[in-house]
Amino acid sequence: MSGLSISRRGLLAGISAAGAAAALSACGAKTGSDASSDSAAKADTSGSTVKVGLLNSLSGTMAISEVTVHNSLLLAVKEINAAGGVLGKKLNPISQDGASDWPTFAEKAEALIKDDKVVATFGCWTSSSRKAVKPVFERYKSLLFYPVQYEGLEESPYIFYTGATTNQQIVPALDYLKKQGLTKLYLVGSDYVFPRTANKIIKAYAKAKGMTVVGEDYAPLGSTEFGTIVNKVKDSGADAVFNTLNGDSNVAFFKEYKSSGLTAKSMPVLSVSIAEEEVKSIGTQYLEDQLTAWNYYETTPGAANTKFVAAYQAEYGKDKPTSDPMEAAYISVYLWKEMVEKAGSFDVAKVKAASDGIELDAPEGKVTVDGATQHVYKTARIGKVGADGLITEVWNSGKPIKPDPYLKGYDWASGLS
Amino acid sequence: MTTPTTTTTPTTTSTAPPVALLERFRVPAGFALGAVLLLGIAPLALSDFRLSLLAKYLCYAIVAVGVSLAWGRGGLMVLGQGVFFGLGGYAMAMHLKLADAAATGETLPDFMQLYGTGDGLPWWWAPFANPAFALAMTVLLPMAVAALLGFFVFQRRVKGAYFAILSQALAAALAIWLVGQQATTGGTNGLTDMQGFFGYSLDDPVNQRMVYFIIAAVLLLLMALARQLFVSRYGELLIAVRDSEERVRFLGYNPANVKLVAYVVAAGMAGLAGALFVPAVGIISPALIGIVPSIGFVIGAAVGGRASLVGAVLGAIAVAWAQSTLSDAFPAAWTYLQGLLFVVAVGFLPGGLASLGVVLRKRRTGTATGTATGTRTTGETA
Repeated sequence: MSGLSISRRGLLAGISAAGAAAALSACGAKTGSDASSDSAAKADTSGSTVKVGLLNSLSGTMAISEVTVHNSLLLAVKEINAAGGVLGKKLNPISQDGASDWPTFAEKAEALIKDDKVVATFGCWTSSSRKAVKPVFERYKSLLFYPVQYEGLEESPYIFYTGATTNQQIVPALDYLKKQGLTKLYLVGSDYVFPRTANKIIKAYAKAKGMTVVGEDYAPLGSTEFGTIVNKVKDSGADAVFNTLNGDSNVAFFKEYKSSGLTAKSMPVLSVSIAEEEVKSIGTQYLEDQLTAWNYYETTPGAANTKFVAAYQAEYGKDKPTSDPMEAAYISVYLWKEMVEKAGSFDVAKVKAASDGIELDAPEGKVTVDGATQHVYKTARIGKVGADGLITEVWNSGKPIKPDPYLKGYDWASGLS
Repeated sequence: MTTPTTTTTPTTTSTAPPVALLERFRVPAGFALGAVLLLGIAPLALSDFRLSLLAKYLCYAIVAVGVSLAWGRGGLMVLGQGVFFGLGGYAMAMHLKLADAAATGETLPDFMQLYGTGDGLPWWWAPFANPAFALAMTVLLPMAVAALLGFFVFQRRVKGAYFAILSQALAAALAIWLVGQQATTGGTNGLTDMQGFFGYSLDDPVNQRMVYFIIAAVLLLLMALARQLFVSRYGELLIAVRDSEERVRFLGYNPANVKLVAYVVAAGMAGLAGALFVPAVGIISPALIGIVPSIGFVIGAAVGGRASLVGAVLGAIAVAWAQSTLSDAFPAAWTYLQGLLFVVAVGFLPGGLASLGVVLRKRRTGTATGTATGTRTTGETA
């Protein structure tokens, strides 16, 4: 026994010495010093094809939404390849599964950049997954195109945001409610960053514009217990509910809402995370005549949308709806293509420099890239759910709204960030 | 479960001279091989990206060392290791976020400027600006929580499934609390976007390698420490408590204290793993703490062989690697496979893969009747 422990102690010393030596010999750049340029990943553009990364949750709780985004990304890639590719090179889409898990997103983003040497990546849905991959794209100076409406207050030099920021979705929705005379609001949301930030903005808006928030409740993501919340809503005397619930929770919430006797007439619900796909899974009977706020609906008029819907349904099935995040994902690939062609290069710095003013006749109408914020000018659209499960527009902002992720142009929002 | 076999096996091996000689060289040689592989060959053979993945897997392996001690040796079904992993991770991440903020002349971490209450830094964040305090907390905080919980639970003789459920409830509670405190903990996003690690930029691949070396060295050190515990008098006592708590009590020991030590040490290891995970992966979030990840922490140990230190560590690395690799090829299938692995390992191969050879040998020689007992006994000496 004693001989054993001595040799083990010697071994311990050996290991610690090796560890210490390794640590001492490897002293890299200090913080604050210029980040070494060799950390930037080199995208591989040497062959006749270039790789693009598609980073979505293909499994886990977010798969139901993110698979539709993945499908429309694949559709855009396929169309672009059929039309000759980008700068004469065909796109080779590499799909990685984020598995609805934020650290996995970070790992897969790194795999796409370092292993696959992609020229750009498209994807992510939840803000948490975006926050997890943001440092990865910034570290390797690689581009991410993010296609979902979000809570704003972010501008990364290596992310292009093709979904709405708050002043293109939430603020117009509040303007609309105010115009309808619905000034007493009850806020219901899932417990995570988007609803909490959205509600902070709503409260600041209400305070400045003479609206009142009569209640605010959060349910854990995936929660299906809404008895208490709906009872509180019913007794609150609110004019309308502003709903930022995400995913499955909406099914339980709207069922409870209907069975408690509340209707779209007596107390309308305006939702910002329910699109055509979700309407189908919640059930049209629970949602009829309720309001939504987006920038695109399957019913949005225009030749570009007719073509998009037809192409999507030809590829994935006649009964498949198209939705706002799917459209934002679809146009993100085209916007990147336009940027690359204007830059004449896949080089990230050149693509970024070329981005300002890129225009596209998108299914949602005309969109323009704002180079300063790397967001997109978008038209806000309030819609009403119809008996057929489709959403029809009841109001729009008339013209594309300039993106303002930090709400700098709104006096009432000055204390928010 | 017959106690005589379990207690006599180690004694016979250490008294019989030829076996002892073999044993004397087997263990140090194994450690040396591990050290050469982790500190020498892996950094040369793997790309930066693969090495950073390995660093992540090794963090899980560090948790598995503790699981092997508490569950494998002590019979404590530790299904809530996510709590300790999370506490260690958050302690480290809070320090790194504060250091990042200080480096840019800010007083608040970036997420607090966006989502915070606007009242300045919460009081319980402030001490984490001190690196020594934060480092100590990565280990002491999980150990203190484990000591507090363990003290009440073991004194009251809460065992088996009740202990497992309690530790899971704690994991769920912590994750839910963190999600709700967006202004001070980052909510579901967790703490991300770490720029520096004690003054070294994490953007630099050289420093990323340094983080890997630290993690590998810590793993080897903790394995040596656990090995020492396993063969000590305490290790024997722990196994005795696992196999027959009442007998140990009648012999005059307090089993509660014996279990408490294993639980607290395992918590400290999980905390250290969480702390090292942060610079290696760059994120700590409630998603790494709740019930599912807590189960994930023990699956590797269960598959590899929870009673065998090497088995548990290799199991943790293998399962994490399989998750990264297989989830690419079969996205939706991975979760099912993970559950299946756990069920098979716990239900049919209690000693894990480390005991597979022994089980097969027993089958062949026709002594398969006592597989469960045989597996346990041999698993412990492996």
